Amino acid sequence: MNALAPSGRSLAPFEARLSGVHDVERKSAAGDLARTGLPGPRVEAWHYTNLRALSGHVFAESDVLFDEKEARAVLASVIPEGSIFEKLPRLVLVNGRIAPGLSSSTASLPEGVSWSSFASAPDFGTQTSPQRDPLVALNTALASDGMQLSVATGVKAGQVLLVSLALSSSGVVSFHPRHNVALAPEASLTLIEISAGNDGQELYFHNPVLTCSLAEGAHLEHVKLQQEAGNAIHLATVYADIAGHATYESFTLTLGSALARHEVHASLAGAHAAVHVNGAQLLGNTQVGDITSVITHSAPDCISRQTVRNVLTDRSRAVFQGKVLVERVAQKTDGYQMNQALLLSPTAEIDAKPELEIYADDVRCSHGATVGALDEEQLFYLRSRGIAGAQARQMLVEAFLIEATDLVRDEVARTLLDGALADALLNRITAEERGS
Amino acid sequence: MPAITETREQVEKLGQSSYKWGFETDIEMDVAPKGLNEDTIRLISARKEEPDWLLEWRLAAFRVWQTMTEPTWAKVTYPPIDYQDVHYYAAPRKKPGPKSLDEVDPELLRTYEKLGIPLHEQALLAGVEVPEGEEARLPVAVDAVFDSVSVATTFRKTLAEAGVIFCPISEAVRDHPDLVRKYLGSVVPAGDNFYAALNAAVFTDGSFVFIPKGVRCPMELSTYFRINARNTGQFERTLIVVEDGASVSYLEGCTAPMRDENQLHAAVVELVAMENASIKYSTVQNWYPGDENGLGGIYNFVTKRGACRGAKSKISWTQVETGSAITWKYPSCILQGEGSVGEFYSVAVTNNYQQADTGTKMIHIGKNTRSTIIAKTISAGHSDSTYRGLVRMLPKASNARNFTQCDSLLIGDRCGAHTVPYIENRNMSARIEHEATTSKISEDQMFYCRQRGLSQEDAVGLIVNGFCKDVLKELPMEFAVEAQKLLQISLEGSVG
Repeated sequence: MNALAPSGRSLAPFEARLSGVHDVERKSAAGDLARTGLPGPRVEAWHYTNLRALSGHVFAESDVLFDEKEARAVLASVIPEGSIFEKLPRLVLVNGRIAPGLSSSTASLPEGVSWSSFASAPDFGTQTSPQRDPLVALNTALASDGMQLSVATGVKAGQVLLVSLALSSSGVVSFHPRHNVALAPEASLTLIEISAGNDGQELYFHNPVLTCSLAEGAHLEHVKLQQEAGNAIHLATVYADIAGHATYESFTLTLGSALARHEVHASLAGAHAAVHVNGAQLLGNTQVGDITSVITHSAPDCISRQTVRNVLTDRSRAVFQGKVLVERVAQKTDGYQMNQALLLSPTAEIDAKPELEIYADDVRCSHGATVGALDEEQLFYLRSRGIAGAQARQMLVEAFLIEATDLVRDEVARTLLDGALADALLNRITAEERGS
Repeated sequence: MPAITETREQVEKLGQSSYKWGFETDIEMDVAPKGLNEDTIRLISARKEEPDWLLEWRLAAFRVWQTMTEPTWAKVTYPPIDYQDVHYYAAPRKKPGPKSLDEVDPELLRTYEKLGIPLHEQALLAGVEVPEGEEARLPVAVDAVFDSVSVATTFRKTLAEAGVIFCPISEAVRDHPDLVRKYLGSVVPAGDNFYAALNAAVFTDGSFVFIPKGVRCPMELSTYFRINARNTGQFERTLIVVEDGASVSYLEGCTAPMRDENQLHAAVVELVAMENASIKYSTVQNWYPGDENGLGGIYNFVTKRGACRGAKSKISWTQVETGSAITWKYPSCILQGEGSVGEFYSVAVTNNYQQADTGTKMIHIGKNTRSTIIAKTISAGHSDSTYRGLVRMLPKASNARNFTQCDSLLIGDRCGAHTVPYIENRNMSARIEHEATTSKISEDQMFYCRQRGLSQEDAVGLIVNGFCKDVLKELPMEFAVEAQKLLQISLEGSVG
């Protein structure tokens, strides 16, 4: 595992575990990794997000046993007891492994919806590209568990929760869950994915891969709330294959972790398919939050939409990389991409790269980006009506972010995000006041 | 749809014949042997009778270059270049030191005549008539670079009276060594990038411009580059220094003969603007683009950068890129002086198998700096055209502003148009706006024009010119005329 591409980072943090890999698929992924190493800043896709935080540690496998009380407390912090979210069918993973005791029973799933554990029958699928994406290769080599969910033809499955909790382990750990969601023709589902961690534990690295396949006319709304512990590293990769007339709508809200990346590879494979890759990030301290997407139009008459909003305080940094690739056959493509950032501190930073790669002539594609501070005139308007400075700022920030979460169509999911956002804003404002 | 199909067919018909600058001039040449090593560099330096410091500078650049690898991030593909298979020095053989135009090889002058360059001082640009009662237009001073060396510079006396220095850079090294030494490589360091390092090692000529304090250059300055010899690379270096309160408008044009081999052009342009200075740099790039099958053409790998060193200085780049098989070019502005302004206006047209990866960099360092980027990209045939740009706001760039607009127009379904902007902001009071669109000529626009009696070609011409208007209006008048003609030729068949 020592042969590294010149731009690669050493695999030392994972070396011990990679050497124990034997399956064909895992071995080939480990081989890919050995060739490239972990991506360094010279790799274009990782130009703005540096993985040096991974070096300097040796990531062990997480403990199998966990403290149930601690688990319930962390769970309650994201799904308050007695809330509507508590009644939804849910699958809970603790440190990368399914925890049946915290999850709903299979019987509670709606008709036509079924799930199984990745551990019981590992299926890596064919959607991912470990040769190109080193973190996916790492996941492939080390994935131990995850959710495999399927929805039968025509079934409107409603909401399903996928919760990933990180609890105190005896050391620095990493887990690499592998999830798969398959929607049969005309099926629909809202997948609410929550990642949460227990603050005050040692650093951990959560590296999930989710593959989604949508058959003709299917509709998947994927809403993600990322609220990992403050020192965590969260690097998630999502692949979505979208057939004709199907829609994949996603929204990711980044609040937690020290270093986060949400990377989406969406492929519009059939005519009249649609994809929405939206998101919002509220970052403070020295957090780095990265939303990266590659949307490939491989069929005519498809629509892609992307709106990402960032609010940055302290020394935080947001990264947005959005690529829309329109292949020659994808005539009549309609693509739109918007990235906006509010910088609330003189030391915050935003790096954006909205990219269009277009090979078809009859298309309508546009992107826009704006970066700036809060509008003084808006602040003045509020203050002239007697609203205090801090509160006025909070109102404007909240309005800015809620305009983004408004894009979430599923009301239950939207309520969850808005609640988490309000809490986070409140914490941040109180922190700011305490600091001043 | 049929209207567009027709356009496409006409675009496809575009053949070699349309590049009317493809002739070759048969004159006696002094050519260095092929290959690149320290001896080649010593030879160039000796031929140019250069001082030791410059030779050392070249050799240092060469040593850096040897450790560098060719950049591969641009969206262009080409077979590997054998840097040892190029002549690094080619000059028209001449009697020592032409003192006036009369001594210049008449064959050469005929070439420039064919290119339409007003070398003779009395020659004004054709087609520009002076209306009665109006003051005659100021003529344009021209520095003509033929392969590796500058062959003639016009209007030197008039310029000298104003205190302006405008001469071949090799001459400046001789006559104004302190100035050259002070500024050469101060904007584009010798080891800046692969091609800039190569240029620093082997550059043969180029123009030097110095506008002293408070002087408004009395006429537009122009350089015309011409690659003529076979198997040569052209590596010119331009340095423009404008002192406090001075201003200049500089035009650059270029052509090359039609050849079925690829020739390398790796130029460096450095601009320095001091307090309240202003530089307007306009380019019409029309190197031979290769034939309709993508055979031949110039590889245009150019580093252009301007430094706004003083407060309220301004650098404005305007480019019309229609030529070259491959273009790799990012004219940039380093906005250091408080309140300095950077502008980039670009039209890039690609047809057949041309590839262009071009854009700009705006680095905001000082307070209240402003930049504007307007980039128009037109792709036709099998070509690929990319806008790649960087806007960077550094922590001290309070209240800095950027506005960027990139629009792409695709003609035909076998070409590609790409937009890759990088936006980096580290100052909360800085404001950045970026927008980009990609579209084709809409049926509605065509219908509207046709229905009013415009022919298919006129309609496309009108629409394309309208698409580029924001950029073309930034060009000095005589260049705007040339640029419009070029647009027509580049998209011949679709433009009336």
